[in-house]
Amino acid sequence: MRTDFAFIGVMLVTAFLLMGVAVFAASLLRPRKPSPAKLETYECGMETVGDAWVQFRVQYYIFALIFVLFDVGGVLLFPFAVAFNVVPLYAVLVVTVFLGILMTALLYAWRRGALQWD
Amino acid sequence: MSVIDTVNNLLKIVSDGVAGLVEGILGPGLGADLITMGLGALVLCTIVALVFMGMTWAERKVVARIQNRVGPNQAGPFGLLQPIADGIKMFTKEDTTPASADRWVYNAAPLIIATFALVTFAVFPLAPGVVGTNLNIGVFFVIAVGSASTVAILMAGWGSNNKYSLLGAFRTVAQLVGYEVPMLLNVIPVILLAGSMGLADIVQRQTLADGNPGIPFILYLPLSALAFFIAGVAETGRSPFDLLEAESEIVAGFHVEYSGMKFALFMLGEYVNTLAVSIVFATLFLGGYAGPILPPYLWLALKTAGVFFVFMWLRGTLPRVRVDQLMSLNWKVLVPMSIVNIIAVMILAKLFVTSPGLQAANGGILVTPETQAAILFVANVAILLSGLAIVARRARVLRLAEEAEIESRREANRAAVSGFAGGAPAR
Repeated sequence: MRTDFAFIGVMLVTAFLLMGVAVFAASLLRPRKPSPAKLETYECGMETVGDAWVQFRVQYYIFALIFVLFDVGGVLLFPFAVAFNVVPLYAVLVVTVFLGILMTALLYAWRRGALQWD
Repeated sequence: MSVIDTVNNLLKIVSDGVAGLVEGILGPGLGADLITMGLGALVLCTIVALVFMGMTWAERKVVARIQNRVGPNQAGPFGLLQPIADGIKMFTKEDTTPASADRWVYNAAPLIIATFALVTFAVFPLAPGVVGTNLNIGVFFVIAVGSASTVAILMAGWGSNNKYSLLGAFRTVAQLVGYEVPMLLNVIPVILLAGSMGLADIVQRQTLADGNPGIPFILYLPLSALAFFIAGVAETGRSPFDLLEAESEIVAGFHVEYSGMKFALFMLGEYVNTLAVSIVFATLFLGGYAGPILPPYLWLALKTAGVFFVFMWLRGTLPRVRVDQLMSLNWKVLVPMSIVNIIAVMILAKLFVTSPGLQAANGGILVTPETQAAILFVANVAILLSGLAIVARRARVLRLAEEAEIESRREANRAAVSGFAGGAPAR
């Protein structure tokens, strides 16, 4: 098990180093002539007004919350799916109820207008 | 060993040979293992990078053909050297960091997206026994690591301190995060049938005992395959779901400020993610490397290329969707349909079992795999058609309401105009 994940670690390091080398090599090859105009924020030639670091729209948070709900629900289904062949029919009914609760949550959000993008 | 066996197991023989060579030089132990792994990782990354170059060429050529253009044709025969010309340009282009950007976040984002895109390739089985590491949570790992690109895109958009970038990043959060749910939910029926999350096991389940291809899961679960594919297109941010870089609205979305090598890394991340989704689709639903006559790795390459061709086809033909349509499609169509599908597959797969052992343990009706596939196929298609019927009905109701409102407004206008019929209105 540990050796399985060792390769992931090696792969992570190798990929990161390769990409880092590419960026580093490019930094040696490319010209470097900075000027104040080049370093401005590019917004189609207009002079930029204010910061872009503003507050998110609240709708994104609502979608993020629904996402967390379904993602956690989905992750809970994975172990059940792997054990599917050894569990009895009763377990299937239990998971059906669980999915029904998830569906109800989705319908609730839907009825409250949380899924309406405007 | 015959020539055919040698060709079929070429990858396995080469990788075993290299591992044996390293072990022979260094002696068995941790050092030899690490060096073998490092070599494997290096080869894997290089192959993926080369395939990425080929993909950019193929995509430009195919999309050009679809749009009745010629595409790249100047660099080399058929423009085959175009990716190399692009590479030279990327290496020698000046790279600016905006003065107001958050330097660390801005520079880290392209490295992160490219690195994590490459790491997913550690778990794909390329041929029997040839796999970086045969994780028992393969599918789960791919989905989990694949979602790291969301973080990188958000970092790029936020770090650039540019309003277009930030808009692109906002949309990304909503889109990529949303479409992860149907992706996750549509992998579950496959795991139910295969009884394992490991990609090699899933391929094994779609292969007969004599090594010939069995029934691929796309014939068991056409609805899951379709929904997974749609979610995959959206997850990789490709047309028609390319809102995160909609060039006609927000310039280039999250990578407005990037140029040179960092831009190239974003491109690499995007294409490699597309390749990963194609391979996962080929593995989960098309039977992976299983196939007759040709060597297994060639079969996987062919199936992956076929899936990628559909990606290119969509890009060449479909217009971009609106952001509200995007969210509705995900949350109001794909997610409910996937949940109903999971329930149906669970119950049917429990009622109609294919092995006597399972029947003895849990009861159920013993059927052949073909019958089970047919039953699940019919159920999937029924869910898909009834879902589409509900959507069409709902759309019709909405359209009629809209038309009625327009008509009533027109009526009110007409009444206001006819009020002036007796003569000129008072000033």
